[in-house]
Amino acid sequence: MNLVVCIKQVPDTETQIKVGADGKSISIDDIKWVMNPYDEFGVEEALKIKEAKGGEVVVVGAGPKRVTEALRTALAMGADKAILIEDDNLYGADPLFVGKLLAKAIEPLNADLVFFGQRAVDDDCGLASSAVAEALNMPQLAVVIKQEIDGDTIKVSRPIEGQTNVLSAKLPVCLTAQKGLNEPRYASLPGIMKAKKKPLEVKTLADFGLEREDKIEITALNPPPQRAPGKVIQGETPEELAANLAKALREEAKVI
Amino acid sequence: MAGVWIIAEHRDGNFRKVTFEAASAAKTVAGELGAEVTAVVLAKGLKDKCAELGKYGVSKVLYAENDVFDYYTTDAYAEAVAALAKEQGPAAIIFGASTQGKDLAGRLAAKLDVGVAVDCTGLSVADGRLKAIRPMYAGKVYADVLLKADPQIVTLRPNVFDVKEVGGEAAVEEVSPAVSEPRVKLEEVIKEAEGKVELTEATIIVSGGRGMKEAENFKIIEELAAKLGAAVGASRSAVDAGWRPHTDQVGQTGKVVTPNCYIACGISGAIQHLAGMGSSKVIVAINKDPDAPIHSKADFSVVADLFDIVPKLTEECKKAD
Repeated sequence: MNLVVCIKQVPDTETQIKVGADGKSISIDDIKWVMNPYDEFGVEEALKIKEAKGGEVVVVGAGPKRVTEALRTALAMGADKAILIEDDNLYGADPLFVGKLLAKAIEPLNADLVFFGQRAVDDDCGLASSAVAEALNMPQLAVVIKQEIDGDTIKVSRPIEGQTNVLSAKLPVCLTAQKGLNEPRYASLPGIMKAKKKPLEVKTLADFGLEREDKIEITALNPPPQRAPGKVIQGETPEELAANLAKALREEAKVI
Repeated sequence: MAGVWIIAEHRDGNFRKVTFEAASAAKTVAGELGAEVTAVVLAKGLKDKCAELGKYGVSKVLYAENDVFDYYTTDAYAEAVAALAKEQGPAAIIFGASTQGKDLAGRLAAKLDVGVAVDCTGLSVADGRLKAIRPMYAGKVYADVLLKADPQIVTLRPNVFDVKEVGGEAAVEEVSPAVSEPRVKLEEVIKEAEGKVELTEATIIVSGGRGMKEAENFKIIEELAAKLGAAVGASRSAVDAGWRPHTDQVGQTGKVVTPNCYIACGISGAIQHLAGMGSSKVIVAINKDPDAPIHSKADFSVVADLFDIVPKLTEECKKAD
């Protein structure tokens, strides 16, 4: 099996996000960068498939040099090889462009399965996977919590509103991982040592004959709308507190 | 003026609420653009229901009947909508950011080689183009987004845009876009328990956190939720403790929700959780720790033990009947 996992490096979810000086991108000072949490599920699932069926796991990322750290983390978990498309001007790019770019790097790998996290927790788009699937002419199986491969057919569970759909498709496919798919392993110390020696190929946009091209433009970033100051519900007893809360929700906020 | 399109979403023979939300939002921007709203309905046996979309501002329905449209597949929907869009050249395509809408958006945009603004909470017109507002970093910041190519594809976060009935009937025109055999097959549908409300579409959410102490205690949350017709949510700690399924998790690594009312019980309010529910219209915090960060986000705070308050709140709600 040729297994490919696309990895995005994102600010740790603990990060307080601040708007940068240009007013339309985030301030990247003091950010701890990590592998997108949903991508970890993709790496884990690819490793499990490799362990069961053999093959190779290649992880692919795009962005500035620091993205190497996220790729090394995946190598330390057990991936075999990494490809970094290095470019200092990619963070915040149109995810559909990034998808096109990733597809160029993935194309020669003859992938049976391409994994993504179901969305990156920075731009919250979940679009790059669709661009890859389209470019490589693969079916997309998005937001998956379970998969099973039998021969050349994959069967997945995809929760949607109020139900879970069980879908099947012939390989190759592009699959996006949702929490619940597995419990990602931690990189072991020997794994971290080994990762340093694993191959990491560096490519550039020029290698693929591409220049960044965004079809969307962020014209401003703003902090979330300010909320009016809250009110502390008063009462001497739990009964009073509950009654006053119910009254506030019913008469003041009119939401129940 | 090129039209504003919506893509209707339906299940079990009925349009879903996100369709009416998209129609209402589309009607508003179409008015400013001097355009009309066209709904694309890909379905099997739904033609008779199409005229009713007029009630929500749709002037015309492009109805495509095909067995493969009976349930959603990325392949068939993206291919059909892309073919229709290439033929007719709409200025914008708007639909709900449901699981289906999120799945369709990227593939459709990739086929048409245009941009998409996903999961938007605001939509307006500026200089003849759409201006979308969308949360990023799970709501830690909000972006103003312009789409530089037509059709401008926008998906709308469920339960944010009001459904407005403007009356009228839509004209229905049958179309038959060519589609290939979908490569993904629906093998089975596993329905959730009857009456379970979906978090991302709920108008009220009652959510429990670490303060719930154990899985069984969620019973009081469920009782309150049942009384209010609400969905049950959970913080990451409650999910990681195994008290609730992953699908219940609200936050930056779970679901981002926008109910009219979010009742947080025993949730301290980690930054990732606050990001995921911070755009709820009314936030209620029930937490005995007065310093819990959730209180600073709340419209109504109750500083008391949730085990005392929640069952009594359920009683209070019953009294009103």
